[in-house]
Amino acid sequence: MAIKWGMVIDLDRCTGCEACVVACRAENNIPTAGADQAARERAIHWIRVERYWEGEFPDVRLRFRPVLCQQCEAAPCEAVCPTYASHHTSEGLNAQIYNRCIGTRYCGNACPYTVRFFNFYNPVWEKPFHLQLNPDVSIREVGVMEKCTFCIQRIQAAEIQAEAENRELKDGEFTTACAQSCPPKALVFGDLNDPASEAARLSRSNRGTKLLGELGTKPAVTYLEPESWEG
Amino acid sequence: MSEKTIAQINDDLLRPVLRTSARFWIAVLVLGAVVAAAAGAVSYQMWNGIGVWGINRPVFWAFDITNFVFWIGISHAGTLISAILRLANAPWRRPVTRCAEVITVFALMIGGMFPIIHLGRPWLFFWMVPYPSERGIWPQFRSPLAWDFFAINTYLTGSLIFLFYPIIPDFALVRDKVTGWRKKLYTVLSLGWRGTPRQWHRLESAMHIMAIVIIPVAVSVHTIVSWDFAMAPVPMWHSTIFGPYFVAGAIFSGIAGLIIAMAFLRKVLRLEEYLQPAHFDSLGKLLLMMCLVWVYFVFAERLTVWYGNESAEMAVFWTTQRGPFAPLFWTMVICNFVIPFPLLAIKRFRTTITGVVIASWTVVIGMWLERFLIIVPSLSHKYLPYTYGSYRPTWVEITILVGANAAMGLLYILFSKFVPIISIWELKVGAHKPVVVHKQVSVVRTLPAVADDGLRTTDT
Repeated sequence: MAIKWGMVIDLDRCTGCEACVVACRAENNIPTAGADQAARERAIHWIRVERYWEGEFPDVRLRFRPVLCQQCEAAPCEAVCPTYASHHTSEGLNAQIYNRCIGTRYCGNACPYTVRFFNFYNPVWEKPFHLQLNPDVSIREVGVMEKCTFCIQRIQAAEIQAEAENRELKDGEFTTACAQSCPPKALVFGDLNDPASEAARLSRSNRGTKLLGELGTKPAVTYLEPESWEG
Repeated sequence: MSEKTIAQINDDLLRPVLRTSARFWIAVLVLGAVVAAAAGAVSYQMWNGIGVWGINRPVFWAFDITNFVFWIGISHAGTLISAILRLANAPWRRPVTRCAEVITVFALMIGGMFPIIHLGRPWLFFWMVPYPSERGIWPQFRSPLAWDFFAINTYLTGSLIFLFYPIIPDFALVRDKVTGWRKKLYTVLSLGWRGTPRQWHRLESAMHIMAIVIIPVAVSVHTIVSWDFAMAPVPMWHSTIFGPYFVAGAIFSGIAGLIIAMAFLRKVLRLEEYLQPAHFDSLGKLLLMMCLVWVYFVFAERLTVWYGNESAEMAVFWTTQRGPFAPLFWTMVICNFVIPFPLLAIKRFRTTITGVVIASWTVVIGMWLERFLIIVPSLSHKYLPYTYGSYRPTWVEITILVGANAAMGLLYILFSKFVPIISIWELKVGAHKPVVVHKQVSVVRTLPAVADDGLRTTDT
């Protein structure tokens, strides 16, 4: 069976530490926007930790929800792109082909999760951050959209390695930068079509929900809601 | 008051083409300077990146697409009104059609520019064109933006032809009156027109075909523009009402734009005897009807959203009704209904040109706000409250907005310098019907003399 990459996010485990955000930034050459641009809502975070307060003071609770591209099976962003820059891969990824992107930003509008990001300017890295760029990830120029890739460079490296060694990919052999850096292991990445993988096993949990599932986008990310969740 | 003779019509309507005043050059200079400033703003944006605009995440579209939809809306003045009036054989259309048709062409050129300059990488816009390239892919025809590209190009081509056909006899008239390089220019443009019965017959047939063809094209264009929004799962965009709602809004703003242009021509080119209060009255009635249609659509849209009470849509709904966008929303309602409705419904106001023109200005402003309020509140309040955003334009976007308006004025002035802005031969046909037998003459109802057509130069 073909691979279908997916993720499970256990909201009971997430502490909102944002290690995933930092790891993603380092792994995927995400430029820093700077205070001024960030204030203009132009900062790029392929993964973010949404924070919601519940209840009325003083009886309040804090909820965290890491949100990244949901790699939808029926992705609204793909159909609207006039140049096939937003493209569905055979492994269920919602890929963004930077060189095809002409920057209509329509995908960013169509995405209900607002997880697509636009390069309003050419990216710059203040010294010495330019020395830590990941050579496996291309840098995006001004005018193109970008988004979470499920660390496609790691996927490809692992697949090439497995093929060279003439064997199947093993579950847990590699993972995404965000999942790797998550201290409480709230994020689990894997092949959803492999019933034995941890991601597939967890996604069958009766706590499992899809973010904005009612929109019919068929996300590849499953959220395990906290037991006490009332929302 | 007597009817104009053919010589008088020629004199009055060819005057702007044959003589150029200092006022013309001043207007060209001023408008040209504003257009140049906007061109500078666009260059600045292309050089630095689109970050010099106020757009952000999640408000990826704002002034750019507002202007696009607005100008495509204005373009519905011409072709649609002119085609319908031609097919209905409304006698009062004769002095109106050309100034309407030319609005279409220029508004489409201006509107069509916005989707190109709003791209992140505008130099690659030609990837929208299906051509066999080394990249090995075509545009994606599932995307409403690709539909848009074809719809607007079809409409622009059709409108140019629709504008050009009835000008041919007038080009020939100018050709016979000028000398030098202008003689050569108009000789080419008039395509060997001699005015033979055979040529007249063909022209009438071609115009009739184009008038029929252009109506579905015009309707489809703004429907497709509306689908840029309606096809995306964005709160208050994803609506079946958008197609007809946008077409109605387009005709509404288009008529208003036409009235403003006609009032301007009337004053500047001293065409008071051709563009009479009766014409403004008739167009005012059309504007009144579209005003009511527009209010009906807004009411139907708002009521169903409110009654449906879906949480994401309600977030957008309340930002426009009593949230941060409420001042703009209620300004829109005032501009599109509260002011124009009494001005157009009460005969005493509608029969004054000032009343109709004031109503038209408020409608144009209100319809621009309407487009803005469709785009920005929805984008700034998508599903996840964590990603709610806001929007504020920068000087670059405001300069481009002003420049687009100046470009319309500039193109219009230049056009009226090269082409008689009122169709001379059609006026003559109206004055002396037996000269050229119009195919539909037999079905024209006998109308009271005063309301007959623009050839009556009574001052009533």
